[in-house]
Amino acid sequence: MAMEDPDRKTEVVLLACGSFNPITNMHLRLFELAKDYFHETGKYKVIKGIISPVGDAYKKKGLISANHRVTMAKLATENSDWVEVDDWESCQNEWLETLKVLRYHHQKLLSADVTNSLQDAVPITKLGRKRKQEPNRHEPIKKKNQSPVVKSVPQVKLLCGSDMLESFGIPNLWKLEDITEIVEKHGLVCISRAGNNAQKFIYESDILWRHKNNIHLVEEWITNDISSTKIRRALRRGQSIRYLVPDVVRAYIEKNRLYSPESEDRNAGVVLAPLQKHASDPRSSQALNN
Amino acid sequence: MPIIKGEVRIYREEVSCFAVRMRSRIPVILLACGSFNPTTNMHMRLFELARDHLHQTVLPVEDTYIPKFPGRYQVIEGIMSPVSDQYGKKGLVSARHRVAMARLALETSDWIRVDPWESEQDTWTETVKVLRHHYNEALRAFQSKKEFMRNKHPTESSTVDSFPCQQPVLPELKLLCGADFLQTFKTPNLWKEEDIKEIVEKFGLVCVSRAGSDPSQFIQELDLLSKFQHNIFLVREWIQNEISATQIRSALCRGLSVKYLIPDSVIAYIAQHNVYTAESERRNEGHLLQPCRLQNTAIKPLRD
Repeated sequence: MAMEDPDRKTEVVLLACGSFNPITNMHLRLFELAKDYFHETGKYKVIKGIISPVGDAYKKKGLISANHRVTMAKLATENSDWVEVDDWESCQNEWLETLKVLRYHHQKLLSADVTNSLQDAVPITKLGRKRKQEPNRHEPIKKKNQSPVVKSVPQVKLLCGSDMLESFGIPNLWKLEDITEIVEKHGLVCISRAGNNAQKFIYESDILWRHKNNIHLVEEWITNDISSTKIRRALRRGQSIRYLVPDVVRAYIEKNRLYSPESEDRNAGVVLAPLQKHASDPRSSQALNN
Repeated sequence: MPIIKGEVRIYREEVSCFAVRMRSRIPVILLACGSFNPTTNMHMRLFELARDHLHQTVLPVEDTYIPKFPGRYQVIEGIMSPVSDQYGKKGLVSARHRVAMARLALETSDWIRVDPWESEQDTWTETVKVLRHHYNEALRAFQSKKEFMRNKHPTESSTVDSFPCQQPVLPELKLLCGADFLQTFKTPNLWKEEDIKEIVEKFGLVCVSRAGSDPSQFIQELDLLSKFQHNIFLVREWIQNEISATQIRSALCRGLSVKYLIPDSVIAYIAQHNVYTAESERRNEGHLLQPCRLQNTAIKPLRD
């Protein structure tokens, strides 16, 4: 692997938030497509992918326990050398806004970065914080003669499908200020099928339009519509889900009999956490489109 | 436990009419012919979809694990038959590779296998001949199994789909294909009419189509097909997963990822043997497909 000059390319971490109920080949494809896209620009280097399953407090209909969802995601990424699962979000007692998860991971990278730089410049500074060693991270040996603050921090970008992008328009689901900070300070990578409405959606929103340079639209030419909803439906009907999800995930679902008509009824009639939270907040009813 | 096995277990415990139904289930072997250049997740999905459909494990109205009525069929085997190099299709890499990749892809399947017979023939083989070959093979296996069972104590029958008193039923061999394959019946000079007739009459078709399209109209438009429509099974794929091998090869040539579209083992094989390159894609460029070359006499195109 050729050593690239880390100063010339912006390092990117892709963060995917969602139910992953269950994780499918389509979810995993999003990462591959986004990585290829960024590399083709020549300006970015994707260094890590993070799958962050939502907590049970999200209260979505049919959402099974986070333990299972996290385990399945981990099984699915066992043989990936750059995509990993983070269970911080799923461990929280309350539902967390996506922006908070982004901020958390951004902060985590910042601290890891500081530690890396400090390790060379100054004798051991113990942060008292667990940090995952990334095998493909650049060793800051090169940076020994430079001041720690010069190195640019990796950007954490939210990876999603066009359905999430378009969910920005659902009343009370997102706070306008959150959307703004997501696209302004972090960035969005949106994978969608050829001929979709993503571009039009961005055009119709002043806020999205203003930050369109930080919204990366990636077209998926190979139609791959493996939604978790369809997987659960197939399972209830005793139909095969082979080759739509990783085999280890299929085996885990089968062994634990995870999805049934009963599990699909979970949270039936319960209001989705963000809707509940924002219902009384006047800021949430601000329209995305002008 | 996989739901199919569970279904059989339930029926074993039933005393009444289900036992009668079980006895009359017809064993089916699904045969898919194609380039498999390379084998993709979609190819393998076709088998899974076809099997589910023929088993009709659940009535579509209710969402429940408990099957109400078993289908008439019991799918006992799936066969992937990669075409021989003589087919002459653009970008077709050596059969050796295509068979190896199919084998790797099917490693985790307990009912689908790859059969290299067609790929090993010196000339391109008409689909109907491939069907005949595999049918004869299945027939031979069936005869020897019948002999075997006759010589054994009746209660020791070991197959999961037979009851102690059940006689083995002659298996049927059906051609598994996508809707685009069905459409090729219309292409002038590609098919002999008598071959199409034999395929739909003697064997049968299991045709998988995507959510938007509906081949039933096409079938109505052709007398030959509509006459044997009882032997043409139309399966809808609601989960769109159109992973064309052409797109895979194109992605590979551009250094783009195909992970999660084809099995990891196949990706590794392709990398190790440098199977798909700009050069391999140019193979057979400008050549006519072998079946088209053969039909040099005026063949009546299937048109009504």
